[in-house]
Amino acid sequence: MVTARAVAAAVLDPELPVLTLADLGVLRDVEEDGDRVVVTITPTYTGCPALDEMRADLTRALRAAGYADVEVRTVLHPAWTTDWISEDGLRKLAEHGIAPPSRIGPRAAGPVPLNLEPPAAVVRCPRCGSPRTSELSRFGSTACKALRSCADCREPFEHVKEI
Amino acid sequence: MNNAYDGLVDAGEERHWAFGTGFTAALSGVDRALPADVDREDLTAYCLMLGDDALILSQRLAEWCSRAPELEEDVALANIALDLLGQARLLLTRAAEADGVACDEDALAFTRDEHEFRNARLVEIDCGPGPGGDFAATIARLLVFATFRLALLQRLAGSRDPVLAAVAAKGVKEVAYHRDHAAQWTLRLAGGTEFSRERMVAGLDRVWPYVDELFTTHPVEARLADAGIAVDPAELRAEVDDVLDTVFAAAGLTRPEVAPLASVNGRAGRDGVHTEAMGYLLAEMQHVHRSMPGATW
Repeated sequence: MVTARAVAAAVLDPELPVLTLADLGVLRDVEEDGDRVVVTITPTYTGCPALDEMRADLTRALRAAGYADVEVRTVLHPAWTTDWISEDGLRKLAEHGIAPPSRIGPRAAGPVPLNLEPPAAVVRCPRCGSPRTSELSRFGSTACKALRSCADCREPFEHVKEI
Repeated sequence: MNNAYDGLVDAGEERHWAFGTGFTAALSGVDRALPADVDREDLTAYCLMLGDDALILSQRLAEWCSRAPELEEDVALANIALDLLGQARLLLTRAAEADGVACDEDALAFTRDEHEFRNARLVEIDCGPGPGGDFAATIARLLVFATFRLALLQRLAGSRDPVLAAVAAKGVKEVAYHRDHAAQWTLRLAGGTEFSRERMVAGLDRVWPYVDELFTTHPVEARLADAGIAVDPAELRAEVDDVLDTVFAAAGLTRPEVAPLASVNGRAGRDGVHTEAMGYLLAEMQHVHRSMPGATW
């Protein structure tokens, strides 16, 4: 029989449907006890409207897999980071034309540094691979993405911004 | 099916993201226990202060959607508004829990009257897109507010209240982007044409009378800061001034010399004493809920 963890892990993110919730790193825990399952997820951004869709999709998938009693819990701590996106997830994003985030590691202690210019990190164009890209807007079609454009192939593209 | 929206409401246990459809589980599973020794009335008031700041500025920023100088900016301001709305929902939910009465985030957002809102006056004033201001004034306000809130949330992440600590730690990452965005626009406007620079200077002058209030410690903040739950905003002033001065220096601007707006017999936004802009804002924000109580769609 397929485990509850496998069912939950395969549910797709509603806003980045190339990724599973496990790829995205928002699936924090799955506890199974007979036909009861408790799934724990964490939001990417506090106001992310996809969270409730995730909850509904998880419930639907687990019910369909035969679990009668499904509870989906939300945790805020520790806060989600793009470092939790799996290697598989990074690859899938790039394959679908979305530049993946760089790994950022734990944040240094002390005040958050102010960026008076967009950070200079190299983001490669997911279409042509060129490193000559620039940020058009820090805020894209969803809370987690920035909008960039490529100086070589001239295409705009989205970038999952590091957080 | 009578209309296209019927299918969105109450389809089994599937909740959809729309007002009035039971979307209230934003904190499910978070450790919600109140610290044993906390004064519940104070904690309620404090959560409202933090939550109302976010809610009211979210409403103001949303007014720009479709009216910003460029499409990307419509999206950016709406994204920032959404982050703040998310923070507001968690904080109002916490306020309702601390209060212990039967109410929820929706009741707090949509049925309180003006004197019950505890936001600082900075977030409620009309900075555009209408005649009350313009894009530069909106950026000036966002710069001040995000700088203040980032400093606050960083310290609040160490709160003894587990919910406030979690909301703050998450909010730090979001508000850091808001502050950068406002700072970058400040440089762009101040370094653009003579006209854009004038507007930026005027925008800072417009919001500056409301800055001092952010750092004026309210008795609730003082008591809860002593208890290790809140942050005393007076302690944030030096850090916030440093950041703002860094932005001003890079933009070739100087800190405005405008007198702070007086309180009313010692009472201001944190006590429910607001400017004339607040009533109009609430009328628009609360109109649908008050016209059709209990409506779902």
